Amino acid sequence: MEYQKYIEGRKAVITCKNVCKEFDIRDRKQAGSFRVIDDLSLSIYENEFVVLFGPGECGKTSAINILSGLDRPTAGSVFQGDTQITRPGIERGVVYQSIALFPWLTVMGNVEFGPKARGIDRTQSRKRAQELINLVGLQGFENAFPISLSGGMRQRVGIARAYANDPEVLFMDEPFGALDAQTRYMMEEEILRIYEHEKRTVVFVTNNIEEAVFLADRIILLKSCPTSVKQEYIIDLERPRSYTAPRFLEIRQKITRDMDKAL
Amino acid sequence: MKKDFFSKYTVISIISVTLFFVIWYVLTAKMMIVPAYVMPDPLKVFGALLRKFTVKTPDGATLGSHIAASLQVALMGFGFGTGLGVPLGILMAWYKTVDRVARPIFDFLRPIPPIAWIPVMILWLGIGTEARAAVIFMSAFIPNVINSYTGIQQTSQVHIWVGRTFGASDFELLTRVAIPSALPNIFTGMRLSLGTSWVSLVSAEMLASTRGLGYMIQIGRQFSRTDLVLAGMIAIGILGGLLAVILEKVENRIVKGRQGYGK
Repeated sequence: MEYQKYIEGRKAVITCKNVCKEFDIRDRKQAGSFRVIDDLSLSIYENEFVVLFGPGECGKTSAINILSGLDRPTAGSVFQGDTQITRPGIERGVVYQSIALFPWLTVMGNVEFGPKARGIDRTQSRKRAQELINLVGLQGFENAFPISLSGGMRQRVGIARAYANDPEVLFMDEPFGALDAQTRYMMEEEILRIYEHEKRTVVFVTNNIEEAVFLADRIILLKSCPTSVKQEYIIDLERPRSYTAPRFLEIRQKITRDMDKAL
Repeated sequence: MKKDFFSKYTVISIISVTLFFVIWYVLTAKMMIVPAYVMPDPLKVFGALLRKFTVKTPDGATLGSHIAASLQVALMGFGFGTGLGVPLGILMAWYKTVDRVARPIFDFLRPIPPIAWIPVMILWLGIGTEARAAVIFMSAFIPNVINSYTGIQQTSQVHIWVGRTFGASDFELLTRVAIPSALPNIFTGMRLSLGTSWVSLVSAEMLASTRGLGYMIQIGRQFSRTDLVLAGMIAIGILGGLLAVILEKVENRIVKGRQGYGK
C-alpha cells in the first residue's frame, strides 16, 4: 500500500524485466555456467535516491553493470524510458568503487573528459566542469593530478565527472567502499547535498546497512547469489537523518533481519 | 634538486669517484703494476681524450666528427625503431588482426641479437651509414614493440568502462584512454631501446665503419694506443648517459601524474 502511494505519479526511468545473468566457467575438464542474477525485475523512478542493498558478493556489481549497459544480460531486458539499454551511454553516468580517475589528467581534465569526448564547445564544457568542481568542493584543485589527492577528494572528482555529461541516471557502485570510516560519513552527507543541488535519479549500491538507511528514499533488498529482489522499503525519514534516532535504528534492524546471510 | 646538491649522498658519490681515479692513478703511474701500453694512467687517458678533439691521427678524424658520425647513426636507427616500433606495438595490442598478422614474424625476429644482423646488413647495404642504422633499427625496434604492447594491454578495465560510458568510440578509447595510460610503458620501451641502440652502435662501428667512436676504438687497438681506446670508451659512456638524461627530461614533460614522475 505504502509502495503504491510512493510510486503514484512518478515516471519510471529505468525498468528492468526478468533479467538473468550467467557467466561461463571454463574449467580444464568441464564447461559450465554460473548464475549470478536470477530473474531480477525492478523499476527506478525519476529523481529518487534508490539504494540497492544486499549481502557481499551477491551480484550487485553485475546488476549495476547490466543496468548501466556495460554488460548485457543473458536473458531479460532493461529499458531507459522506451529505449532498450544495450550499451553504455552518456544518459547514464557511473561512479566506481575503484574511483578510476584517469591519472594522466588533472582534476579539470577528468571532469571535462566526457563533454570533450562528446564534442561539446570548449568554453561551455569548461564552465560546466568548473561549476561541478565547485559543487563537490574542490575549487583550487583544478590543476592537481589525482595522485596528489586524498581518497575522499578523488571520489569527489569521480562524482563530478559522472555528473559532467548531465546524465538522467547516476549509478554509484559502492562509491565510498574504499574510504575510511570518517571520510565515509562525510561523503554520505556530501552526496546528499550534491543530490539536493543537482537532482538526478541515483542508483546507489552498498553492502553497508547504515549507509543504505541514511541515504535512501527507497531501499531494494537483494537476495544472496543468484540474486533478485527480496524486499523493498520506503524510507520516509526526514533528512538530515540521525544514525542514532530510534526510527532509524528500527528500520535498520528490520532490514538486517530480512537480509540473507552472506556466505 | 639544487638543494640536495651538497647533501651527504652527493658527497659520498664524489668521494667514491675521486677514490676510483686516485687508485687507478696510483696503481698505474706510481706503482706501475702493468706496463703503460696495457693500462695507461688516467691523466694520459684524459689528455688523449682532449687532444683527440684536434688531432686526426691515427684514424683520420677528430673526436668531434667521430661523435657526430656515431650520434647521427644512433639517432637515425633509434628514431625509425621508435617511430615504427611504438605504433606497431600499440596496434598489435589493440587490434587482434594486426596481432595475428605481425606476431609470428615478430616472435621469430625477437630472439635474434641485434649484432647478428651486422653481416647480412653489410651484404645488403655495404659498410655505409645505412647498414649501421639498420642494425640500430633492429635493436631499437624490438623493445619498443614489446613495451608498447604490454602498456596497452595493461589498460585498466574500469578506465575502458569510463571511456565507454562517455560514449567514446573504439578508436577514441585507444587514443584518449589506452595510449595515455600506456605512456609510462612506452617510455620504458624507448629507454631500453636507446640503451641497446647505443650498445649495438659501437659493435656495428667496430665491424663495419670508417668513422664513429667504435671505429676509433678499433683503430686505437690496432695501433696499440690503449689511451685512445679508453678515451673512446669514456666518450661512449658520457654520451650514452647524456642521451638517457635527455630522454628522461622529455619523459618527465610528457608523462604526468604518475608515481615516480615529475615534481
